[in-house]
Amino acid sequence: MNGNSAIGEAAIRAGCQCYFGYPITPQNELTEYMAAHLSRRKGCCFIQAESEISAINMVYGASLVGARAMTSSSSPGISLKQEGISYLAACELPAVIVNMSRGGPGLGSIVAAQSDYFQATRGGGHGDYRTIVLAPSSVQELADLTHKAFDLADKYKIPVILLGDGVLGQMMEPVEFKHEAPAELPVRGDALRGANGRPSKIVKTFTSNPAELEEINWSLFRRYSLIKRQETACETFLVEDAKLIVVAFGIAARIAKGAIKTVRSTGLKVGLLRPITLWPFPVEKVQELTKKVKHYLVFEMNMGQMIEDVHLALEGQGEVSFYGRPGGVIPTPSEVALVISRLYHQKGLK
Amino acid sequence: MKKIYTRPKSLKTNPFHYCPGCGHSVVHRLVAEVIDELNLQNKTIGIPPPGCSVFAYNYFDVDMAESAHGRGAAVATGIKRAFPETIVFTYQGDGDLAGIGTAETIHAANRGENITTIFVNNAVYGMTGGQMAPTTLSGQKTTTTPYGRDVALEGYPIKMSEILALLEGAVYIERVAVNSPANIRKAKKAIRKAFQVQIDHLGFSMVEILSPCPTNWKMSPLESWQWIDKEMTKEFPLGVVKDRTGRADAD
Repeated sequence: MNGNSAIGEAAIRAGCQCYFGYPITPQNELTEYMAAHLSRRKGCCFIQAESEISAINMVYGASLVGARAMTSSSSPGISLKQEGISYLAACELPAVIVNMSRGGPGLGSIVAAQSDYFQATRGGGHGDYRTIVLAPSSVQELADLTHKAFDLADKYKIPVILLGDGVLGQMMEPVEFKHEAPAELPVRGDALRGANGRPSKIVKTFTSNPAELEEINWSLFRRYSLIKRQETACETFLVEDAKLIVVAFGIAARIAKGAIKTVRSTGLKVGLLRPITLWPFPVEKVQELTKKVKHYLVFEMNMGQMIEDVHLALEGQGEVSFYGRPGGVIPTPSEVALVISRLYHQKGLK
Repeated sequence: MKKIYTRPKSLKTNPFHYCPGCGHSVVHRLVAEVIDELNLQNKTIGIPPPGCSVFAYNYFDVDMAESAHGRGAAVATGIKRAFPETIVFTYQGDGDLAGIGTAETIHAANRGENITTIFVNNAVYGMTGGQMAPTTLSGQKTTTTPYGRDVALEGYPIKMSEILALLEGAVYIERVAVNSPANIRKAKKAIRKAFQVQIDHLGFSMVEILSPCPTNWKMSPLESWQWIDKEMTKEFPLGVVKDRTGRADAD
């Protein structure tokens, strides 16, 4: 199954009731999957919206009434969704937003890139907020994290970004779905469904009282602290004896893994740290690793974005190098292996 | 003693913040009366926009959810599709509906979304201080058309009701005004019919309401009522713009 379709199937099995999309490459298979498989399900709805902006606002409406709702796009379209994501964050509404990212800036290219890291992990839209950002690196993980994204969104009443890329969306791999679609669609308890048997409710963010807005921001940030403590996730690979650790996420981590296997066969002690949650970033794991490992190579398919989080996590305790390929260029494992071994020898590691 | 006039149940007791002579409070009351009369208070969700009426949620005693500027029709679409049992109305100004939200409005109407839109047209951006709106009349002075709207530079007042009437999915569109007791009664009838269209699952309904903004028009309330009759209705004629309900009247 291709990655985009796997997201769609996993979403349906997670009880996604509403999908609102707009065509953009390289994520169209997901929209098409939902058109074929979600639109005819009882109680479910699929709309191809007139714009990305409308799509995210339809998600906002569906989330208001307690439905599990989702939209997907790719980089330029995700920029358009930022207004809506900011409102979702402010109103504490769950939603799942998929970004199968592509090269930028501007219209860029339709090829895989990781240049939306900043946008995804720094909120993305206006205002002081965060979204949980999940970064899968295989089709199986796309499916698993899609399901998890819905659960996290509901648990913390927060928009969750699934940050993939054009390669992950298009590649075909076997995938096992661990859940059956629920017999009944889940409805969130605090949904806005009319003041029937209870006083009327207001969902809003606008206030002319700074103290009220300050409290909204504090409340959001208390929840963000909780998410940091409870939901940070990463994978490590061959770090026990490592002298050099490659830090990479998503498809780049997959390439790095191949490169590490190659250099390991020549005796170089190199490991991998792969953040699975980009926000919250696995700061504690980095700090734990830095007690033993001083050399880090950050590898990204951009000009260096996650590297800033690596620096922040290291707090000056390690030496950081960078290798990046922007614009939709996908480096091969052997190219990355060459970079790793050159750095390894330059640093005099044994 | 028989009580013949009282506050609608669907209106909270909060005093309106609107300026003296503003049409919003009248329109709020009409919508609340209709919600009461159709017994919709416990199943209605209202979507107010940014603008003077952003605070509508302080007045309507029904579930209310703020929308981003112009996105009301998309939010209402999401609500109605996910939970069709609800009655959804958007409450939008001219900048919101006829400017930034043009795409959302046109496409919701074209899909025949079963929602009701209350479109308050006062020919200016009110809350931001009286700038030119898409519906500002030719020659009308605003803070961003200090010499009067010049159609050669700034285009023409946009007629959203007529534009939307071209769409198959739009079922009922009427333009009314709240500048005289007679017109206010007509406005209420139109609002009631628009909600009835939604109850009967017929499709998209909208009532455009010409509404006075004495503060930004720099007029007295009385002058602003007269200005609607003398100037606004020339550009925006009152009456049914489209009715495919197959019914002559809401009554």
